[in-house]
Amino acid sequence: MLLTLTDVEVAYGAVIALRGISLEVGEGEIVTLLGANGAGKTTTLRTVSGLLRPRSGEILLDGRPLSEIPAHDLVARGVSHVPEGRRVFPSMSVRENLLMGAYRDRRHTREDLERVYGLFPRLQERIGQAGGTLSGGEQQMLAIGRALMSRPRLVLLDEPSMGLAPMVVQTIFEVIAEINRDGVAVLLVEQNAASALRIAGRGYVLENGRVVLADSAAGLLADDRVRQAYLGEDVAAVGDPAR
Amino acid sequence: MSAPNVPGQPSPANPGDQPDPVRGVPAGAAPDADTMALRRPPAQSGAARPAGANPTDGPAPPPRSPAGDSAAVGRGAPAGGVAPGGRSPWHPAMLFTPARLRQLGALVLVGLLAAVVTGPTGNSDEPLQAAWDSIADPRIVLFLILAVALWVVLVLWAELRGVLTRLTAPVRAPVGAAYGRRGAPIVLNVVLLAIAIIAPQVVSTAAQQSMVTDIGIYALLALGLNVVVGYAGLLDLGYIAFFAIGAYTTAYFTSQSAMPWHAPFTLNPFFVFPIALVLAALAGVILGAPTLRLRGDYLAIVTLGFGEIIHLVANNADGITNGARGAFGVPHLSVHLLGLDYTWGIDPKPYYYLLLAIVVLVMIAFGRLERSRIGRAWAAIREDEVAAEATGVATLRLKLLAFAIGASVSGFAGVMFASKQFFNPQSFSLQASFFVVAVVIFGGMGSRLGVVVGAVVLQGLAFYLRDKVEPADRYIYFGAVIVIMMIFRPQGLVPSRRRRREIELSEAGIGSADSLGSAPAGGRP
Amino acid sequence: MGFLDQFWQLTIDGLMVGSLYAVIALGYTLVYGVLQLINFAHSEVFMLGSFGGLFVARALLPGDGSVPGGLESVGLVAIGLGAGAICGGLAALTLERVAYRPLRRRSAPRLAYLISAIGASLFAVNLAGKEFGRQNVDLPDLFHNGTVFKLFGADVSTQSLVIFAVAIAMLVGLDRLVAGTRLGQGIRAVAQDADTAVLMGVDVERIIIVTFIVGGLLAGAGGFLYAMTFNASYSMGFVPGVKAFTAAVLGGIGNVRGAMLGGLLLGLVESYGGYLFQASYKDVIAFLVLVAILMIRPSGLLGERLGRAA
Repeated sequence: MLLTLTDVEVAYGAVIALRGISLEVGEGEIVTLLGANGAGKTTTLRTVSGLLRPRSGEILLDGRPLSEIPAHDLVARGVSHVPEGRRVFPSMSVRENLLMGAYRDRRHTREDLERVYGLFPRLQERIGQAGGTLSGGEQQMLAIGRALMSRPRLVLLDEPSMGLAPMVVQTIFEVIAEINRDGVAVLLVEQNAASALRIAGRGYVLENGRVVLADSAAGLLADDRVRQAYLGEDVAAVGDPAR
Repeated sequence: MSAPNVPGQPSPANPGDQPDPVRGVPAGAAPDADTMALRRPPAQSGAARPAGANPTDGPAPPPRSPAGDSAAVGRGAPAGGVAPGGRSPWHPAMLFTPARLRQLGALVLVGLLAAVVTGPTGNSDEPLQAAWDSIADPRIVLFLILAVALWVVLVLWAELRGVLTRLTAPVRAPVGAAYGRRGAPIVLNVVLLAIAIIAPQVVSTAAQQSMVTDIGIYALLALGLNVVVGYAGLLDLGYIAFFAIGAYTTAYFTSQSAMPWHAPFTLNPFFVFPIALVLAALAGVILGAPTLRLRGDYLAIVTLGFGEIIHLVANNADGITNGARGAFGVPHLSVHLLGLDYTWGIDPKPYYYLLLAIVVLVMIAFGRLERSRIGRAWAAIREDEVAAEATGVATLRLKLLAFAIGASVSGFAGVMFASKQFFNPQSFSLQASFFVVAVVIFGGMGSRLGVVVGAVVLQGLAFYLRDKVEPADRYIYFGAVIVIMMIFRPQGLVPSRRRRREIELSEAGIGSADSLGSAPAGGRP
Repeated sequence: MGFLDQFWQLTIDGLMVGSLYAVIALGYTLVYGVLQLINFAHSEVFMLGSFGGLFVARALLPGDGSVPGGLESVGLVAIGLGAGAICGGLAALTLERVAYRPLRRRSAPRLAYLISAIGASLFAVNLAGKEFGRQNVDLPDLFHNGTVFKLFGADVSTQSLVIFAVAIAMLVGLDRLVAGTRLGQGIRAVAQDADTAVLMGVDVERIIIVTFIVGGLLAGAGGFLYAMTFNASYSMGFVPGVKAFTAAVLGGIGNVRGAMLGGLLLGLVESYGGYLFQASYKDVIAFLVLVAILMIRPSGLLGERLGRAA
């Protein structure tokens, strides 16, 4: 297994966010985490990338524990995190943002830039523009492109579709699938369960900091609880035009 | 004897108690205790109890049982974490890990610094001589030994802590229980008040003097600044300026001779109290209104500048304030009412009791304020300013109110001070402002009893050092006290419960503990 | 003599002092950029750097009171600058370690940093006062100070040239560092979004330390320049510190080029103002400028982003 979480507990002070999460991501897989707001999806990703430290439990990357590795060294181990809300560097140009993705290893910068521009031609058009002035969709492309600059083996994607127009969402999901075809594993956190399950191989459903359901994407799509809570109501309650 | 049950302990040590580097939350925060409590199987803590609570263990060799130790710590100290080395069996090699050696190096440096701080005073003609003298002096050996001794204590802290916990367990239990009980604070307060009443009777006149002008006045100042720093979570570095306003107002109104500039009539100092109160509050509003809208740290700089300007004006405006010579001849407080004639004179004791009464009254008043709607609003602003604003708290106005209340207390104290004794601009220097900040921090921001205790301890220290250290050099120690408190005990000596909880929560990433805006970046691991 | 007669002389003096303010202001602005904190003790870094450079330069000077010349002067100034910078850098590093890092490890509230820095400042000032005496310590002349050339009738002295040249060189160097190097890339990333910078592989801890050191190096070298012009004393940091802070806010705190612009502008305003009103009100002018900017345009002339420096 590429990534294994075993009984991971995370707390903000006295408030417990994760109550023993166990999950796995294999090489080249797309795994999605579903769940309502506050279920612990983002916390899980932030814990994997070392921004938060678990109070107990174990995280293994390639079978080796992650606990000793400082967060900033994780990129060098092949993990890239596209954070919630995109978080592009607002005063840096598109190119500078992409170069930040290659901060640790600048050997392949040139070809990697080409590759990202190939995936997102829009970014090449905006090459000198400040990250903060891009549209939401462009920022998301930039954030994903930036994450690819370090040639990761595992990409952690946090709500890539949040607040984006349906057309853009479609583009983003297509790119995710394409990245995955190159052998990159993806751990995808999504509220847009329908789109996520369409490209994912497997999925986990989180509730109140616990994994309540783990199955193949097909299995989850067929599960009544998932259909009711994350597919049916998703459309009605959020009004997200996810078809 | 603990020996028999010690060997039995380590083996069943549960997996959760192994040193797990995974724990990210820094030791000392509340979650540690929680985690331990959660993870320890009940049987385990049951087994550990006799060892932990047995007072007859005495100062036997440090127990080698990690399980027993951490169990005792976990149960004893509610907020205490476990020292990093505390859970693995002790071994001499532990002394020489890189971290330990770095610690030793740091302590040796601190020792050297302490030698310089306490060493001879230099002069500007031979500016480096003093430092060399302190390092070359044989005294240095003493400091180095102290440093190494401290290091040994720190290295063995986990072990020592276990012993200490066991030794003090029988005492701590009843005290803790008493402290938690509802009536206990009243008993405690009565005892403290009794001590405060008796104290001046048993000390020298010089000490009495200090108890008035240093401790009493500064307790009052600290109570006022506490409203700004402790309640509203703002930092005012020019606080002493309002004190100056109070003092000069008194000179203006009560004497024809103290300053070149004076009122056409004279008032009894008692009537100046309300005037000074209003003037100082007004100055606070004028200064605060434009700056409180900005980020909190700007306020600190602006108030710093304001304090310095007031000091400069007082010092230079000879024709108004009598400049650096200061104001002489402000009359003492006196009462002439309904046949009662009393004048507070040279004797410090009457002033002391008057101040004591005022301090107690202010403490009671601010206690009510803290628990009022306004006090809750301040707490809301500290903990989450945006949310407070959203729920309809007029944040700007409330911050301004805190600022004005703090200023008026300072002005009030200024009247007290001016009528007690001669003053000159030196009394209103920047360092005096810093000293009040130090008192509040040391005592515990947000804690009324704390800041008064802070004034007693720090001014007591200053009084103790008065013949041993040059007055200006005492600020070296006060500066060190501030930094050390911020590192090791940011909640202060006698913390307010609410503030302590806020600091802990904010350090865990929930809410904030001041009104300075978001926490600095790069803080979290 | 009227203001217009003196205008160019005042301009030259103002630019000289202003370039010093700019150098110190960079320390405030850099630390503010990465930590969103005003480093209250920065003025003490300046003071300690000043003493460090002064002691080394004094030790190297011939004891007979003669003024060195030629290459010897150049060498002395260079060594003094280096020593000042190193002392400033060490002081800043120590400050970061002792007064800031333990708090950062805990993610302490912001108030705690301010208070801790004030404590450190109080400690450093008074320790310096105790050790080095509470009078001014002079630095003997390191070179013959004469008029090099006249500009619009105003004297340009060797001293102002040296100070201006060194200061500008440091400012340009820092600008290049922030805009054009990998370290600068890291600093800007941390300034804009520290959490995301971590995800990019930036060691935020290291960037913060380096930022403190860079600010300290500049302030220390600036301190030596200051001591060369005036003298050194334990309390020398406060006034230039407040002014440099004003300069940083004037230009937009967190903005490297803003700090430079702010420093030069403040130097000019102060120089003109001091002539028009009274020299002793110079300090008040700087403070009034600060209050005015905070009220009118708190984000400063160039806005508050370290990232803009690129």
